[in-house]
Amino acid sequence: MYVAVKGGERAIEAAHGWLAEERRGDVAVPELSVAQIRAQMALAVNRVMAEGSLYDPDLAALAIKQARGDLIEAIFLMRAYRTTLPRFGASEPVETGAMRCDRRISATFKDAPGGQVLGPTFDYTHRLLDFALAAEGETPPAPEAVAAQRAMPHVMGYLDREGLMEGAGAGDAVPPDMTRQPMELPACRALRLQALARGDEGFLLGLAYSTQRGYARNHAFVAELRIGAVAVEMEIPELGVSVELGEVVLTECETVNQFTGSKTEPPQFTRGYGLVFGQTERKAISMALVDRALRWRELGEEDEGAPAQDEEFVLMHADNIQATGFLEHIKLPHYVDFQSELELIRKLRREAGAGREAAE
Amino acid sequence: MSISGKMKPGAGMTEYNFAYLDEQTKRMIRRAILKALAIPGYQVPFASREMPMPYGWGTGGVQVTAACLVPEDRLKVIDQGADDTTNAVSIRKFFEKTAGVATTEETARASLIQTRHRIPETPLTGDQVLVYQVPIPEPLRFLEPRETETRKMHSLEEYGLMHVKLYEDISRHGAISTAYAYPVKVEGRYVMDPSPIPKFDNPKLSDCPAIQLFGAGREQRIYALPPYTKVVSLDFEDHPFEASKADQDCALCGSATSYLDEVIVDDAGGRMFVCSDTDYCRARRAAGHVGAQGVPHEEAGA
Repeated sequence: MYVAVKGGERAIEAAHGWLAEERRGDVAVPELSVAQIRAQMALAVNRVMAEGSLYDPDLAALAIKQARGDLIEAIFLMRAYRTTLPRFGASEPVETGAMRCDRRISATFKDAPGGQVLGPTFDYTHRLLDFALAAEGETPPAPEAVAAQRAMPHVMGYLDREGLMEGAGAGDAVPPDMTRQPMELPACRALRLQALARGDEGFLLGLAYSTQRGYARNHAFVAELRIGAVAVEMEIPELGVSVELGEVVLTECETVNQFTGSKTEPPQFTRGYGLVFGQTERKAISMALVDRALRWRELGEEDEGAPAQDEEFVLMHADNIQATGFLEHIKLPHYVDFQSELELIRKLRREAGAGREAAE
Repeated sequence: MSISGKMKPGAGMTEYNFAYLDEQTKRMIRRAILKALAIPGYQVPFASREMPMPYGWGTGGVQVTAACLVPEDRLKVIDQGADDTTNAVSIRKFFEKTAGVATTEETARASLIQTRHRIPETPLTGDQVLVYQVPIPEPLRFLEPRETETRKMHSLEEYGLMHVKLYEDISRHGAISTAYAYPVKVEGRYVMDPSPIPKFDNPKLSDCPAIQLFGAGREQRIYALPPYTKVVSLDFEDHPFEASKADQDCALCGSATSYLDEVIVDDAGGRMFVCSDTDYCRARRAAGHVGAQGVPHEEAGA
């Protein structure tokens, strides 16, 4: 006799138990601490904070541990936690011009006030596996120098002064908040930048790369890429003054793109902008390129039908938490719908067969 | 749908508000629900929150349920018509944990039912709310991928594209080749996606005494059918809509009218057909109905 499948609840519990065991792995190997992940997997932590839209390195490290290193799963944990947090208010806009830079480079000028500062970059390393790391040896300390106490003004400002750059645009006084309002299209630039800042790094990388290969080409120069700490301040209405709450590390990328001018505008350079939590420069550069590509309409450029120009395509598919959830939901049972398809295809085949017989 | 205030759940999870969402969020969702009820079939945008389960796994339904639940509610959760499918179990446990509400598998005893892909066989009453999980709320989406365009089409009541699609189905296959998520027209105005229920369930949408709410989390839309709304499945005079099911009786309870799942029972590919609505089938067997391969109820339970 057939007994309908039961026991979903027990199966789920057992699966969770197994998962917890697998996460821990071989108990003969010491357990990884959250502090170790935070300190030694910093770029993974940065990505989780950026796409999780929550600046908290400890929580991000915990999420990476819990997610067994699956960064999209870790981002999901951060997002789900973030949504439960109360909102006290909004900070003042951060002043990236006053950033305490660890890294600051410009590709458009050989040198600029404040200098070129490479910082801790992979850029000029040779990608050779370092087997010494496998031997768990300590790294010798890097040479140090006293940091120059000089201002690092935005490189873009110099082009601005000459009037070669398009204006930055005023924008709305209060930008929309995509975590509190449904996405409305067409979106203003502030909303687009929000969506890109939390968008999937891989998706944005692919889109940005496609613009470089000719799908809405907008040849970009990196006017400046800077990474460092900025102060976050909030105005306390009762006090009437701004209070510094702490610091966040940001990566900011400003690109200069060519533009030949239009009926109303003389020839000038245009801007692409990327701003991301943590040291995340691949993402910040990608964001700047995609931002620029999405601006075709306001700049009077041609719609080439390229994916990176298509606001709805980009914004509706950039979020990896939405994407992974919907993609993976096809693992859920769909047998009711499949049954109705079965009935339909059998019926259509019967009718097609009857039609053929009648014709013979 | 009364205001629940800052009540703490009965069991555990005291760090979260009643039914997980904070009261401001619930208020925002309730406003969207009220608007949806006022304009039957119209998709109301809402600021969907990130939930602790993945998008595409019922986050829209879960948010609507969370906004509607009060401590006195008795919740039933089904997926594919069954109470013990894994995702139904997971969602039911979520609300047991975060809201501490009573749960049931009996359709008639539930005050709120969250469902994925089915409408229960037992007719609903005016004391009940049915919450559907919706993956793609836009019935025109696969004809026109752009939201900016489809919203325009709805506002202009421009549904020609849909009728052309249905007509092309008939000219190609001799029948409309949509078996589930079969589009409907609500009160002669909005074309609506009934969520991926089999078209067998479509007639139950119309003139239903219960409130029917549809939540799409990832797509940030809520829509609704107030009680006794007229819902018509799209068709043509010479090709009328047909609510189809497997041409069999349930092997366990003998029902000839309920929607059936086809189960492969042996290596030779032998099939049997059983009710997809597990509560309905159980209740029929308890009342003494026995199908061709069934056994009397007490024996099965032993």
